Amino acid sequence: MSTMAVEDVAVAPIDQGFWTRDRKIGAGLLLVGVVGAIVFGLLATPQPARFTLSETAGGASAEIGGVFGAVLFGLVAAAAGAGLLAGLGERWFGWLLGLGVVGFVLSFLCWQISAAPDGQNFMPMVNIVRGTFLLALPLIFGALAGVLCERSGVVNVAIEGQLLMGAFAGALIGTMTGSIWAGLVAAAMGGAFISLLLAVFTIRYLVDQVVMGIVLNLLAIGLTGFLYERLMQTDLQAYNQAPHFGNWEIPLLSKIPVIGPALFRGTLFLYLALILVVVIQIALFRTRWGLRTRSVGEHPTAADTVGVRVLGLRYRNVLLGGVVAGIGGASYTLVLYSFTKNMIGGKGFIALAALIFGRWSPTGALLAALFFGFADQLGAYLGAINSVIPSEFLAMLPYLATILAVAGLVGKVRAPAADGKPYIKG
Amino acid sequence: MTNANTRADSPSPEESPAKHRLPRQNAPNTAAGPQPEAEGRESLGQRFLQNLWAANTVTVTVLAVVLAMLAGAVLIVVSDEDVLAAFGYIFARPGDALGGSWALISDAYTNLFKGAIFDPAAISAWINGDGTWKPVFAPISETLTYATPLVFTGLAVALAFRGGLFNIGAQGQAIVGVILAALAGFLLPLPPVIHLIVVVLAGALGGAIWGFIPGFLKARTGAHEVINTIMLNYIATYFLAWIIFQKGVHDPTRTDAISRPVDPSARLPRLLGSDLRVHAGILLAVAVVWAVSWLLNRSTFGFEIRAVGANPDAARTAGISVTGTYVLVMVIAGALSGLGGANMVIGSTASQLTPLVAAQIGFDGILVALLGRVRPWGVLAAALLFGALRAGGNSMQSHSSVSLELVTVLQALIVIFIAAPALVQAVFQLRAARAARLQTNLAKGW
Amino acid sequence: MVANDDINLAVGPGEIHALLGENGAGKSTLMNVLYGLLQPDAGEILVDGQPIKIRSPRDAINAGIGMVHQHFMLVPVFTVTENVMLGAERVRGGIAGFLDRRRARKEIAEVSERYGLPVDPDAVIEDLPVGIQQRVEIIKALTREVNLLILDEPTAVLTPQETDDLLEVMCSLKAAGKSIVFITHKLGEVKAVADRITVVRRGRTVGTASPDASRDELAALMVGRSVKLTVDKAPAEPGESVLQISDLVVDDDRGCRVVDGVDLTVRAGEVLGIAGVQGNGQTELVEAIMGLRPVLTGEVSLAGQRIDGWSPKKVLRAGVGYIPEDRSVDGIVKEFTVAENLVLDIYDRPPFAAGWALKPEAIAASARERIAQFDVRTPSADAPVGTLSGGNQQKVIVAREMSRPLKLLIAAQPTRGVDVGSIEFIHNRVVHERDIGTAVLLVSSELDEVIGLADQIAVMYRGRILRIVDPDTPREEIGLLMAGITPDSFGDSNEDPASGNGAPAGNDGRAGADGNSAASEEEA
Repeated sequence: MSTMAVEDVAVAPIDQGFWTRDRKIGAGLLLVGVVGAIVFGLLATPQPARFTLSETAGGASAEIGGVFGAVLFGLVAAAAGAGLLAGLGERWFGWLLGLGVVGFVLSFLCWQISAAPDGQNFMPMVNIVRGTFLLALPLIFGALAGVLCERSGVVNVAIEGQLLMGAFAGALIGTMTGSIWAGLVAAAMGGAFISLLLAVFTIRYLVDQVVMGIVLNLLAIGLTGFLYERLMQTDLQAYNQAPHFGNWEIPLLSKIPVIGPALFRGTLFLYLALILVVVIQIALFRTRWGLRTRSVGEHPTAADTVGVRVLGLRYRNVLLGGVVAGIGGASYTLVLYSFTKNMIGGKGFIALAALIFGRWSPTGALLAALFFGFADQLGAYLGAINSVIPSEFLAMLPYLATILAVAGLVGKVRAPAADGKPYIKG
Repeated sequence: MTNANTRADSPSPEESPAKHRLPRQNAPNTAAGPQPEAEGRESLGQRFLQNLWAANTVTVTVLAVVLAMLAGAVLIVVSDEDVLAAFGYIFARPGDALGGSWALISDAYTNLFKGAIFDPAAISAWINGDGTWKPVFAPISETLTYATPLVFTGLAVALAFRGGLFNIGAQGQAIVGVILAALAGFLLPLPPVIHLIVVVLAGALGGAIWGFIPGFLKARTGAHEVINTIMLNYIATYFLAWIIFQKGVHDPTRTDAISRPVDPSARLPRLLGSDLRVHAGILLAVAVVWAVSWLLNRSTFGFEIRAVGANPDAARTAGISVTGTYVLVMVIAGALSGLGGANMVIGSTASQLTPLVAAQIGFDGILVALLGRVRPWGVLAAALLFGALRAGGNSMQSHSSVSLELVTVLQALIVIFIAAPALVQAVFQLRAARAARLQTNLAKGW
Repeated sequence: MVANDDINLAVGPGEIHALLGENGAGKSTLMNVLYGLLQPDAGEILVDGQPIKIRSPRDAINAGIGMVHQHFMLVPVFTVTENVMLGAERVRGGIAGFLDRRRARKEIAEVSERYGLPVDPDAVIEDLPVGIQQRVEIIKALTREVNLLILDEPTAVLTPQETDDLLEVMCSLKAAGKSIVFITHKLGEVKAVADRITVVRRGRTVGTASPDASRDELAALMVGRSVKLTVDKAPAEPGESVLQISDLVVDDDRGCRVVDGVDLTVRAGEVLGIAGVQGNGQTELVEAIMGLRPVLTGEVSLAGQRIDGWSPKKVLRAGVGYIPEDRSVDGIVKEFTVAENLVLDIYDRPPFAAGWALKPEAIAASARERIAQFDVRTPSADAPVGTLSGGNQQKVIVAREMSRPLKLLIAAQPTRGVDVGSIEFIHNRVVHERDIGTAVLLVSSELDEVIGLADQIAVMYRGRILRIVDPDTPREEIGLLMAGITPDSFGDSNEDPASGNGAPAGNDGRAGADGNSAASEEEA
């Protein structure tokens, strides 16, 4: 396409020498892989580690000797690291890094499963996959809410509050009307209510966005906690027994092994989350709304000079984010549980982490949320087989990963340039 | 930074309906004096009233509290079934609904007051000789007990704020502080006074470590401290949950998540006898407020903190190490939070580690710092207000059966109103004074 | 501030109208009014004879006005196509509004073809060189079918070759019947393309000229002679060299080479003025001396001691006073009091501090003294410095930097945005500093100031010292030098000896320039 001669303008060549970021990560991966192979190999037992394709020990399974598997997969991780170190990172970075991480995790699992008490040397994959998605669900909704706000330049640390408000409103209205759909709408409104406060105070009154987000979280905790104690606790039947969505089995797709039962026998919320990821991803990068949203989050002045209404768009998107997070909150109270005080318990902040770790993109956020959900699920599984690995450390994983990502140790994370900055015309 | 300045200046009275009656007085670069000479002839009383009604810090704060209480009153009413039912026939018998509402609200807020400041009944009982002095001071004692840790965490947030950093990590720093303090409290066999000192220092050290990490990452890689401190909060939370169950830490006689108690030799003495909970922590807190105030306003390092916080470019040009200041500020802020955390096991609220031992003191500290206008003595005042609300909230809960959670709502609302003085001004049509604005010059994004 | 005061401008169809003026003359303000970014207090705008109100850029676009801003209004992470589409998207799919990129690409290709503006529609803006980014801006305006295109200092950021390309594009636009307002301060470019020239000075139109006018004439109009600030000073008595810079190379924040082999010597008791249009490397040169910006190669010595690589604090401590060019960003902390700002870089030294403790009494006492001595008009020493006028803020900085024993004073744009009274005062203080034996390095884009204060003038252009001349040199000649035109290369406006790309030819050219400067130093 380009026929122009490249002008010899001074563009600073970033000369990092041999130790590029890819190579550093490769070296790290190599080291981790080798250490994993040795340590996990030594700790593993010769018992086979079985990965069953069902919810129980029975049925089809893949199985590998504990020691052998631990060493093999550790070496796979090391090999991926070596590949990066050898300079293959330019073309294959993503694949090699993925392979390395998966290899390391499998090596770790071989050790854990083979070292589990007798009769428990298996990992039911359906449970793991389903649990991963279930635990990731609020994270996906929350992170999507973050994407909508932050892509248009408003930092959203109020995700926790939006989820909580959604969960509460869904439970309350769902119970009072007896209608599950009314509950869903109310949940969306609840999330939007917190968003409205966020938008008005940060866009109109120019309160610092992070300050406002933090305060709104506390407000949501207080408000829902207060009303919970005053209303729900006194009369559970009248206020806190919302109807629940059942599982909707999708014909054909639900017959696929592992994925089918895990993914296609889910509730409305699971499907909604996945659809929303796709819709927002496409909308953000392929529609007029998306183009304008991104421009407002990156360079509002430029958007203004071509006639985009910066503040209006920010209002709209923040409210939309609240709606999405509110629905995410309902995935607690309209599916499994009744409302309890502070029931989100920090998931909103993991959603924020997923948003950042997923680099402010819907699909990235989905992957990050699944990764965090997997860590969570793995913790539960390891607890069940009496692992020596404390589940608390696995629970820390999302937060640690985010810190590493933000510090630039695992790739460059770049927020929308105008994220957090109020736009003042003129 | 210029960005931040325009921000701070922009909620101008154009937004408020008062603009037609009042001349524009907060143009960015005019002298800060409240009124020009022209009004010098008014009586002292008039001027006092005028100043009172100007949107100065105190007025805005008081009005924010009033607004929040009003909102709280509405919440109390709408969440009461009986009164709501009375509102159903308000047109038939308005007295029922209004009277019921009034009874509900006044009862709740009276109990709030009694639990926070004093109970007239206790005083009259004391004067009549029917009771002792202790019930008279019990509310104040409770208020001070709840305020103490908030002073520390509030200072931690405020100090970082002054240095241009938003320390959301006070919670995590307090947690690591309380862990180290507790460990030192039951693992080290030391003689009384020395043990207490060591435990306090251990708490500060724990917080300092947890503050160092985001400070260092900010200085070294530019990673935003807001993200990192949020993440570190949760890492600390899980670390606490883990360590409680470790050998030597866990109370062997219990099955639930609780640690051994801190040795008596490491606890802060109670000030008013063993019946009242107020302890020496509040004295330490006041001393630390004084120290932080001195540090900020009277020391060379404080000068650097304030310069970096207000204008890092000018600070750098004047030879101040901006990155070094960031790290040190976060270390000190962390140490302050850690002291707050230590308070939770060596004061009178608890002596063992539990998953919720640090309660919400870190997050509340953010509100306290904002309410205290990020000034040390302001933080002390704000912490006392929050402590009073909390102590009163307990009494409100037990005597009026109005949930303690209302206090959280009130606290959040107060800070929201404070944070947007333009809103309070609009509601009350105040004249604007420059000093009233919350200085949140942090609009730097991620 | 009145940036524009009674300006009249008429642009005909198919005309390139140059708006010529020095930095800060009010050109950009005028154009921002025209584009709806600022609202005029008085006056009217007519398009095709019809008076119209332009309240926002949208109005301007609808009126057929397009603008290429000095700081490009492009979203750096967007592709060329996305940037061009933004705000005027072609969409498919009804309410969903899918972007029709293919059509946008076609439009871009058409415009590129028609006006000779080749560009890759799928390239990401931040990866493109500045010249191409500018091309995108022009395409953006053209796809919106503008009739009047405003180019605000378009060549300020371009290399000579890019400049040539741009001038060619302008001609082809003109041939297509578009009107262009071309804002610049570079005479050569104006003469090359403009049909008519309006000269603006201090917010007023001071005349129109035809491109046939001689350079001297244009330079005189532009620089003006009306406000000649004279400074009473005795002839300098230069002593030993204090600041010695050799072969200094510095990059700016984006990694572009902006100081490219500078050699300078400032002697005790003399003022060396650096004249030059803003953005020719003066800022970075000074920052490198102060330790605020890394020195890539070359040496900086203060009184015989190497100081490159030192921290700013160490440089300041070594006896350097520094008046930074951007007062509100680098010079003062607005929230601090006058007293605090007066000790901003000496707060931790006696008598203002003892150990870790500040000495507020000493700071206050010194502040009172300085306020009186430097005539700072402030309600009190405790007033926040942000509440003072620009001139008084500047006096605070001057007072701070000149109240300790100095070996070297670096004054960058010391009187920018300062009232006339304060200018005179600051000038006198600078001369006084010189007279007590301090070496003074003065950087200013105000030619009058440099001529009035300096004992020697180094003209800086594209990262190099083009020549060092005597202040008696005719100002028109200095003005031409500032535009990169050496007297021996008249008539060749764009190819100056010091083109900024480090090509071998450029190096040769510099050697020549250095030779010249050495020669003129001899004369001085």
